[in-house]
Amino acid sequence: MAMAAPLAGPGPLIDVHAHFFFEGCGRAEWDALNRARFRAGDRIGISIHVASILGSWGRFSPTYFASPADTTRGNDAMQAIAQRHPDRVRWYVAVNPNDTAFALAEIDRRVAAGAIGVKLAAGRRADDSLLDPIAERAADGGLPVLHHIWQHRRRHWPGQDASDGADLARLAARHPTVSFILAHIGGGGDYRHTYAAVRNVPNIYLDLSGSGVDRGMLDDAYAAVGAKRLLWGADITLCTGLAKLWALEVIGLTTEEMADVRWRNAERIFPTGTLGSSGEGGSGMRDEGTPHHSPHPASPIPHPAND
Amino acid sequence: MIDTNAYIGGYPFRHIPHPEPAILARVLEREGLDGAWVGHLPSAFYRDPAPGNDELFTALEPHATLRPAPCIRPDWPGWERALASAVERGAPAIRVYPPQWGLGADDPAMRSLCAACGEAEVALVFTARFEDLRQRHWMDQAGDLSAAAVRAVARSNQRTRIVVCSAGRGTIEEVHWGLTPAERDLVFFDISWIWGPPEDELALLLGTVGAGRFVYGTGWPLRLAQTPRANLALLPDELKDVKLADPSSW
Repeated sequence: MAMAAPLAGPGPLIDVHAHFFFEGCGRAEWDALNRARFRAGDRIGISIHVASILGSWGRFSPTYFASPADTTRGNDAMQAIAQRHPDRVRWYVAVNPNDTAFALAEIDRRVAAGAIGVKLAAGRRADDSLLDPIAERAADGGLPVLHHIWQHRRRHWPGQDASDGADLARLAARHPTVSFILAHIGGGGDYRHTYAAVRNVPNIYLDLSGSGVDRGMLDDAYAAVGAKRLLWGADITLCTGLAKLWALEVIGLTTEEMADVRWRNAERIFPTGTLGSSGEGGSGMRDEGTPHHSPHPASPIPHPAND
Repeated sequence: MIDTNAYIGGYPFRHIPHPEPAILARVLEREGLDGAWVGHLPSAFYRDPAPGNDELFTALEPHATLRPAPCIRPDWPGWERALASAVERGAPAIRVYPPQWGLGADDPAMRSLCAACGEAEVALVFTARFEDLRQRHWMDQAGDLSAAAVRAVARSNQRTRIVVCSAGRGTIEEVHWGLTPAERDLVFFDISWIWGPPEDELALLLGTVGAGRFVYGTGWPLRLAQTPRANLALLPDELKDVKLADPSSW
């Protein structure tokens, strides 16, 4: 049966901010959620879901303050999903920096098992020194760090030690060789504060994911950091992700810029070859000193339209 | 199909690019929509909506596909005259903002307005929210429209079509299943703020509440007009031919 044309148009498309669920996590409908992500991803034309699982999603310990046991449980599940879907899933190792020694060991272990990035949520503020050893590990491995971000944190939010763009900018300044992905500019709060905070921090990339679809948000992001520092993602609302892709075309990105946002920027910041068409997943580790921005082939990503 | 959830004008808490009627008309054409019920966004925050209504009628005059949906505040003296004037000037729907006016769920003025809208054969449009609660300006203290406020009006309603815009699954279910079948028949919800996959809440609601209870809405100029189109495009195969209610035939 012929596959329908992807709703997001032809060409590779990498979702740098995806999540999956697993049996025993806090969501009874975990399998339906995972299947729905794949179904919608195929329809949109997502080539690769780069995903994470945050502990047990709150069942045994808080989502943003996952215990070591939960961290292990979530990463086990994420690793298994990636191994079952080597053609379309890559993954971040998620850690809670409060258990620092455990977090570092978990990063090493999971990168050896195929993780290609580090996911930090909201267990500790981004500019806290506890994050430094994790960022150093990311630098050693050439791993991008996806950090959950609140836009303009003006007060405490329950259930998390939220960070904002300014917090992440301080961490990024201390670790200039690490690529930081600032999560979901559509994820709540005052995104214009984020743009002001990170405009001049070149190793921070903005992921466009999140449920927020404010008009002006994408235009302003593009104006603030340019297409070379934007990454497409959906997080837990694929519908808004698709809408934003369509909106990017309307606001006037060139074909080349769209390719940057859809996949080329991701390929530049993830370890060389890990998003490629081999489907091997890869070790994700690079030799120390290898530049993050590696040469890339024209269109190496497996894509439904190319199958 | 028309957009039941569109506005012109600025928003007090953040900059919105080009909230002008000519731009809206172009957006509707791009999105394949036949027209819109258009409100005047600043009026939601005015104490006296009359000047905003005048601006709305004037601004929409050159645009045949943009139908004015002015704001009538039922706790304001002379609202009956304002409603009659709005109907006379061609309004197909009336917008109300009880949280912004400080009207409680059981305020009798809302029931009076609803009845008057039925007499005048115009729809009554609620807006559940303009922004996500998490991103609101600290001065924006109105809160979301409660399901109870809609239920209170719907339970006294005999003939007015009520449209609730920008509601999420929780509010929609609480309204719908909190009404009798006869009461439900007059209540509709726009799809602008219902999540698609992987949560698939739109698909769930179309199956449980029924497609006939939903209308198309975008939330423009606050929200990307592409969002409801994307949501419909991502419905599971068994719902791909789903038909929403069409207010242009009301």
